[in-house]
Amino acid sequence: MDAVFLRKALVRGLGLFAAVTLLFALVPSGLGRLSLYNRVFPGRARFPYGENPAQSYNLSIFDLDAMFASHVINAEPKPADEYRVVLVGDSALWGWLLRPQETLPGQLDAAGLTACDGRTVRVYNLGYPTISLTKDLLILDQAMRYQPDLVIWLVTLESFPADKQLTPPLVANNAARVDDLIARYSLPLDPASPDLVRPTFWERTLVGQRRPLADLLWLQLYGVLWSATGVDQFYPASYDRAQTDFDTDVSFHGMQPPMLDESSLAFPVLEAGLRAVGGTPVILVNEPILVSSGKNSDLRYNFYSPRWAYDQYRQMLADKAAAGGWNYLDLWDLVPAGEFTNIPFHMTAKGESLLAARLQAAIQQQTCP
Amino acid sequence: MTLTIILVSMAAALLAGWLARGRSRPLVLLAFSALAVYAFQPALPVRHLDFWLPTVTLALVAASWALTAAPEQRSWRANWPAAAILAGIVLLLGLTRFLPFDAFLTASRPPQTFQIVLAILLAAALTGAALWLSRRSAKWLAAAIGLILALFLVLKVPELSYWTSFFFHKLNQQYSGAASAADLRWLGFSYIAFRLIHTIRDRQSGRLPAVTLAEYAAYVIFFPSLTAGPIDRIERFLGDLRRPFALSAEDLTEAGKRLLVGLFKKFVIADALALVALNGTNALQVRTAGWTWILLYAYAFQIFFDFSGYTDIAIGLGRLLGFKLPENFNAPYRKPNLTQFWNNWHMTLTQWFRAYFFNPVTRLLRSTKKPLPIPVVIFVTQIITMALIGLWHGVTANFVLWGLWHGLGLFVHNRWSERTKARFAVLPPRWQTVLNAGGALLTFHFVALGWVFFAMPDLSTSWHVFLKLFGFA
Repeated sequence: MDAVFLRKALVRGLGLFAAVTLLFALVPSGLGRLSLYNRVFPGRARFPYGENPAQSYNLSIFDLDAMFASHVINAEPKPADEYRVVLVGDSALWGWLLRPQETLPGQLDAAGLTACDGRTVRVYNLGYPTISLTKDLLILDQAMRYQPDLVIWLVTLESFPADKQLTPPLVANNAARVDDLIARYSLPLDPASPDLVRPTFWERTLVGQRRPLADLLWLQLYGVLWSATGVDQFYPASYDRAQTDFDTDVSFHGMQPPMLDESSLAFPVLEAGLRAVGGTPVILVNEPILVSSGKNSDLRYNFYSPRWAYDQYRQMLADKAAAGGWNYLDLWDLVPAGEFTNIPFHMTAKGESLLAARLQAAIQQQTCP
Repeated sequence: MTLTIILVSMAAALLAGWLARGRSRPLVLLAFSALAVYAFQPALPVRHLDFWLPTVTLALVAASWALTAAPEQRSWRANWPAAAILAGIVLLLGLTRFLPFDAFLTASRPPQTFQIVLAILLAAALTGAALWLSRRSAKWLAAAIGLILALFLVLKVPELSYWTSFFFHKLNQQYSGAASAADLRWLGFSYIAFRLIHTIRDRQSGRLPAVTLAEYAAYVIFFPSLTAGPIDRIERFLGDLRRPFALSAEDLTEAGKRLLVGLFKKFVIADALALVALNGTNALQVRTAGWTWILLYAYAFQIFFDFSGYTDIAIGLGRLLGFKLPENFNAPYRKPNLTQFWNNWHMTLTQWFRAYFFNPVTRLLRSTKKPLPIPVVIFVTQIITMALIGLWHGVTANFVLWGLWHGLGLFVHNRWSERTKARFAVLPPRWQTVLNAGGALLTFHFVALGWVFFAMPDLSTSWHVFLKLFGFA
């Protein structure tokens, strides 16, 4: 082997590498749809999300196709004898600090409900641990491909502020899909927002996409440990309980009492979600929050929610639900304070069971019109 | 080693290979390797220890050379350039503390200059004393081995490591409550110790070739094999070192191939398997026997690809410098029995133990007035050799058990082979193939089960994993 041969081989190798790298930016890859989950490994009971992959055997990715491909909902086409219920919401629904079977969807699914027409009720957890209605809409929009018979959408005041809509990484890294939602539903969101990540040509090349591609690969590998252990998040031996004593600050996302500015809340996104489901019934749930009795609890229900803002939000939501004829459940104070864990929305398994009992009845009622 | 360090090492190897031609070759390699001793050393919580440990490495190398050097190689004229390079590098790296950024080549900012000068003087005095003592009595060679083994114990016995770290914390007026057994990560010391003992033992037996300080130090701290071997033999190394070298297209191709294969094995296969390999945490979470086996297989292949990947990288880097370092792995998991497995797994380590422990002890046991029966000799030597190999990885009950597991396995195979080899030798080739395939499968699983001791933090977790593997937990 001489030097000329080596030089030629090197030049051709580099040329081929450059061509593949650049081509990757030009052709939509669709790699996210390829998944070992539901083929080699069982699908995940909830979306991939993890801040400490080595301990949780899970990691956060922003490719919605890959997220759905790894989810158990993607296991097979919807069977004829299945009444499919999907739940959309935040980390409280996803089940922070809870095993998959302890989450609200896990408990509802285990309840073994049967629809009046004899179909088996199967319940799917499509919660994702960031709080934003736009994030929920993004997931709901894709979830409709899976032909749900019923959508249960859990919301809370903290998912409404307009300034939070585009900041969750899942939203920020799906700018093209958000553009599409803005266009389809005329959403009052700014497509030019600096929160939205718009990769340059070089960032879309194979080299530029190496991190997301590696994450996709790691997600597949973690399928081994998900299958082997059933673990998909890190459960610390102890954690700090949600704060129950507060200072006297009563501002809410820059707003001051007495009036909550409706235009600063993302009601148009909520309405878009209700339109996105087409004719599929929706149960809209104002999810339980921690109602504190600690210091300054006369000013705030919890760390996130000043009383004045939360009370007005509930009233607005109830009014809109009544006006729009929405199937709305306000379960804000259903769960006692002792059944919340590290933040005012995250519940214990017992707290989830209280919520599950209420929703079982609602589901049963929905299946038997 | 990180990918960045490996890429920098590749560039350094190309540069050193280009510079190290002609008579200056040992000196150039020595300079690069001495710099690497500092550059590869990870940061340590004990203040300045990440500077002092590499410095002690260089001092030990110089003193060992002084103890072992043949009289004709001890002249000041032949060795002052190497001594100047070693001292100069320590001093120059020490002076980098005055640079405006945190650290250059060292893991943290070096200690004060007067301390470094004092250390150089102490190392010089130690080397001088070693030169003087080596003329007086050969007993000092045994004492040097004792010192190396003592250092080894300090690093490998968790309690000793802890108390040493505790002492250093106190000495440095650091908070001693933060001391931990993991504080004494002396990069490459295990392999350096093997090379030092090899040269000292060969000096004792009169087999050590005559070497200059530059050649000796370049051998012991040769940077491609500093962190993960292979453990070369000095006479073979000298053959390459003294041979004129100019990088050829063939060298470059072979080096590139080994480097690419090594990087792929380590950073793609091994690192991917590491995500799912059996460990102390997932061993307690895994739900079924089948999955426990899969995690164990992942561990078995992860440890192989990790280690053999590093060996490929070392061999590739060596080739860029004109050295054909010895192979360390030769498809060990495809071998039909445990003896062949150990002849093909970490080969340079097993050859070292065979040369410096197994063979001498076997000879000793068989040359007594009342020689022990051969099976007893084989049992004793194999068990002790493998227990020592286990202890080399760390002085814990799990590593000892891992060694005993293999020692027992080797003994059983030896006896089985003695009884059956005549019968199997006459079997038709097709049957031989079937037997070999069955043997490989059995051997792989024996080795994989042994990895349980290796991967688990303690005996109770190891036992728990065994129960799970066989469906009892």
